[in-house]
Amino acid sequence: MKPFKKLTSTILPLDRSDIDTDQIIPKQFLKRITKSGYGEFLFYNWRYNSKGNPNLSFELNDLKYKDSQILLTGNNFGSGSSREHAAWALLDYGFKCIIAPSFADIFYNNCFENGILPISLPNKIIEPLMLKCINKPTFKITINLLDQTITNISSSKSLIKFEIDSARKNTLLKGIDNIGETLHYESKIKAFEDKQGKHKGILPF
Amino acid sequence: MFDKIWDSHVVHKISEKEFILYVDLHLIHEVTSPQAFDGIRLAKRTVRRPDLTLATTDHNTPTINRNQPLKDKIAELQLKTLAKNCKDFGITLYDMKSPFQGIVHVIAPEQGLTHPGKIIVCGDSHTSTHGAFGTFAIGIGTSEVEHVFATQTIRQFKPKTMQINLTGSLPSGISSKDCILWIISQIGISGAREHVVEYTGNCIESFSMESRMTLCNMSIEAGARAGMIAPDNITFEYLKNRKHSPNHQSFEKAVKIWSTLKSDPNAKYDKVVDISVEDIEPMVTWGTNPGMSTPISGKIPELASFGSEAEQLPIKRALQYMNLEAEQPISEINIDRVFIGSCTNSRIEDLRIVRDIVAGYAVNKTVQAMVVPGSTSVKKQAENEGIDKVIKDAGFEWRDAGCSMCLGMNEDVLKPYERCASTSNRNFEGRQGHNGRTHLVSPAMAAASAIKGHFTDIRSWKFKT
Ligand code: SF4
Repeated sequence: MKPFKKLTSTILPLDRSDIDTDQIIPKQFLKRITKSGYGEFLFYNWRYNSKGNPNLSFELNDLKYKDSQILLTGNNFGSGSSREHAAWALLDYGFKCIIAPSFADIFYNNCFENGILPISLPNKIIEPLMLKCINKPTFKITINLLDQTITNISSSKSLIKFEIDSARKNTLLKGIDNIGETLHYESKIKAFEDKQGKHKGILPF
Repeated sequence: MFDKIWDSHVVHKISEKEFILYVDLHLIHEVTSPQAFDGIRLAKRTVRRPDLTLATTDHNTPTINRNQPLKDKIAELQLKTLAKNCKDFGITLYDMKSPFQGIVHVIAPEQGLTHPGKIIVCGDSHTSTHGAFGTFAIGIGTSEVEHVFATQTIRQFKPKTMQINLTGSLPSGISSKDCILWIISQIGISGAREHVVEYTGNCIESFSMESRMTLCNMSIEAGARAGMIAPDNITFEYLKNRKHSPNHQSFEKAVKIWSTLKSDPNAKYDKVVDISVEDIEPMVTWGTNPGMSTPISGKIPELASFGSEAEQLPIKRALQYMNLEAEQPISEINIDRVFIGSCTNSRIEDLRIVRDIVAGYAVNKTVQAMVVPGSTSVKKQAENEGIDKVIKDAGFEWRDAGCSMCLGMNEDVLKPYERCASTSNRNFEGRQGHNGRTHLVSPAMAAASAIKGHFTDIRSWKFKT
């Protein structure tokens, strides 16, 4: 996993709430056995019409935002299915950070597993920010994970602090492999299993 | 109850909030596991406890013509990959030919693998189903599946707890599916976010295990991390004599331990919701998330009831997608398809209800209806009871077990713009097929609407048997 430290980019505004993972990556693309190549199918059913042509009114097809690495969206982003393909598709498309008022639990976790930074901010910050990027697609911000700040690059004064759990922050900053970390506690896992004794296979008694 | 299970599974406390917990049972299926196996191989790791891991095929398996080669070659590759992975790592697999195959959340309880007090994980959000037995059961992403393979543990941030207290007795014709749709309509689709929900109250005490599973299953649709119900005699009776349940003496010992899991009467929850079930009606969703629902006697709400124009926008979008209008009476909505199945409602109890309703009737000419049992064992049991005959005589298709049109990863999909009464759990845009329109209902409501061709109030159904 690539570490996440700092990012400067324009923002793609997707002003809808409760976007579920079925929309982020529809089921017909879940049959692959790899982690890569999902970006072209991101938001497929919204992005293309039934003939497979780009739906020009959909934000992702707006060329002004084609290099945006930040997605700004509504409440409860990533609800529904646990499919990590949603995080893979966002990352593969080029999004490294998602800003929303709130995220669904499993999706939130899947972001950290893949080096994506999910930032939740109150509506009173999101709403004006949404308007700003709709009216000015060239508007750029810099996200600094170490300081937990968002600055507007044209005037470094406008500064927002965001909250993030310190352990999760560390995982992203260092690009940590969680499995490797957990395996440091191998002796504790072993001790737990010995104590449990009863866990002899699927039959627990 | 939640704290008791949590505390007994802590392997290591990383910080005040983050813990490493031991996993007692890891369920896997063909769709969310291949990349995790890949990761294991790449890192030269192995599956630590194949004996605590169980695989089945359900998400993209066909429900018809199973003895023929799969038409969908990519799906076939996924199934073959799972078979190879299970073989390489020594994991038991219930494949399409196995008598134990079925939807992952249906088979583990029926095989007696879901025991009170366990921590169960699966790369599928509806793992919350198993909470009906007093387990802490959660859906995880593929990276976490890999983590469980390698370590038999999960890293978890401790969730908050929420009590949903259901009091009163359910009116006749009303099922736990109506209850959970009602709850979601009240607390919202993110109403339980970051919480583990424990369902309590005298209503729950009278629920069968099947009904409890339906309730816990859809907890995720309210945003909950998990749903749970304290184990009691109904739980123990259900588990008795199942394939993997403890036998005889050890069963009694097990019941003693399981009985200690109940929450203390003065247990504290971070949030409490009280719901009286006496007035719940059969529910029908009309929108594109499970919170957008209305009782059968009602109409689609008027737009003004949703507040400001900005708040009305998602409702307008949903109605446009569904090709419905505000204030339209629910009972006037005609349907093209009926799907009775999924991990929410495909157990034997559900199929018995369907049988009772459709016996002596014929599926409406305008409707194509199918029943997909949750597992091969459920299918067999239903056939032993003659349920399949009644259902087929009425004109329903009777299929092999799997997820089928709950998510339409196999050939069972809605055609564009078809409208379906479905017993599954998600009515998201395109969930059952591109541009398909899904209405979530109980098995009874789905069966009755198959006969009528439109939604109808099950409480006034004339049974012919
Ligand atoms: S039946 Fe539907 S919800 Fe249940 S596991 Fe299968 S796809 Fe998921």
